[in-house]
Amino acid sequence: MSEAPDPVTSIVTPVRVDYTYTPGISQSKFLLGLKQGKLLGGTCDECGRVYVPSRGACPRCARPTSTFKEVADNGTVITLTIVRVPSENIDVPLPYCVASILLDGADISMNGLIQECELADVRIGMRVQAVWKPESEWDYDMANIKHFRPIDEPDVPFEQIKEYS
Amino acid sequence: MRDVAVVSYAQTPYVRTERVRNEVEMLMPVIDEVVEQSGIPRREIGFTCSGSTDYLAGQSFSFVHAVDAVGAWPPISESHVEMDGAWALYESWIKIQCGEVDSALIFSFGRSSMGETAETMTLQTDPYTMAPLGPDAISMAALQARVGLDRSVFSERDMAEVAARSRKNGLGNPDAQVTGEFEVEKLLGEPFLVDPLRKHDCPPVTDGAAAMVIAASEVAEKVSEKPVWIRGIDHRLDTHQLGARDLAVSPSTELAGQKAGVARGPVDFAELHAPFSHQEIILRRALGLANDVEVNRSGGALCANPVMSAGLARIGEATRQIVAGNGSRAVAHATSGPCLQQNLVCVLEG
Repeated sequence: MSEAPDPVTSIVTPVRVDYTYTPGISQSKFLLGLKQGKLLGGTCDECGRVYVPSRGACPRCARPTSTFKEVADNGTVITLTIVRVPSENIDVPLPYCVASILLDGADISMNGLIQECELADVRIGMRVQAVWKPESEWDYDMANIKHFRPIDEPDVPFEQIKEYS
Repeated sequence: MRDVAVVSYAQTPYVRTERVRNEVEMLMPVIDEVVEQSGIPRREIGFTCSGSTDYLAGQSFSFVHAVDAVGAWPPISESHVEMDGAWALYESWIKIQCGEVDSALIFSFGRSSMGETAETMTLQTDPYTMAPLGPDAISMAALQARVGLDRSVFSERDMAEVAARSRKNGLGNPDAQVTGEFEVEKLLGEPFLVDPLRKHDCPPVTDGAAAMVIAASEVAEKVSEKPVWIRGIDHRLDTHQLGARDLAVSPSTELAGQKAGVARGPVDFAELHAPFSHQEIILRRALGLANDVEVNRSGGALCANPVMSAGLARIGEATRQIVAGNGSRAVAHATSGPCLQQNLVCVLEG
């Protein structure tokens, strides 16, 4: 009997698919706002909740979010995690803090890095403010906001934000 | 078995490129329309199932975004298939058969225009032995057409006749994308796109969405003056390996057609999901349709091929024809995968 050949344990099959992405009415509005240093939320035609960014519909009412409202670039930490493992494509020195932040005037939280403080000090209810890149570098890009930093305001009690956590 | 009927159907007009709206924005008016037409209050619809593929948007979990268009808070009972919406219909039908719910909303959507759809379809094939060779959707369909031509299952003229008839029928469909009167002789003078396929043998690139509401008889009879009954529905598949198949025939369609009960009565007309002209001929044979059975009054996938909705659209278009009184028993078909790999057959009665 002839000897069995060595098994093939791995092969590389490169895959590449190119897209020309168009983000739609609501997300375009949000991206155009970012370029000007504004955070534009879509407001539900029915309940008035503000989604930042909006995909065009209120998931509670299934109605369009056809009007837009600028929300603040400061907000409240809703939840957080400390990342201690490296990840491809993320070029932030370890360890770092990622938080869900409810911007003032918004009804949905967005993610952001919390920096300029001790990681151990980040907590739910903490007030934070966006730190923007210099205006000359603004693009249609969430990366216009480098990170959030703590601001000297009293914590928001959990009772007031529990709906969003 | 519970009697289940289609109570409403809606679709977008089909276009080459939906540049302005995203998937959620494209879906919302369609879902509004289908829910309103159903006469069932949105919150009383028991189940929601969608069909789409993240490969079209190039975004993982993009199907989850689309649920925003339905109103999913407080949480609804919801599911998704990485398949044409026709398979979302199948899952919904099963859910009703199991007695879990009495009604369901089905929707499907896709913007093929954002990527190179024919090449994206390569990624459906075996990732180790087939995809690295890079056969795109049109090349694979051309292999199938070549087999059929060489075995005299059909001729290039037969194929051109399918294309000319489909695009003429499309003139009567306000949602169709590519329509018109074409002379078969002239079509046969056109150059090959991918030999032996000419441009007219291939579907257009289409963006669009479709939605349907189905209900068990106790609900359907209450809300609808003219429910269209799903008398049989079945889906079957052939092997994934193209080389192991006889591409000139479609055993999975034949079996699905038998199980769905196509031959249990006369067929007034059929809507067949044949993205390539020769596939209509293969399907017609597999389903045993008589020569006088009219196929694709809507124009079919050669007039508009909204990937992930084109199959559900065949069932929807057949429903519309029955509601309009243009026949009382129809066969509708949906396909998925290269060269008619997987097939769903649905028998509808008014």
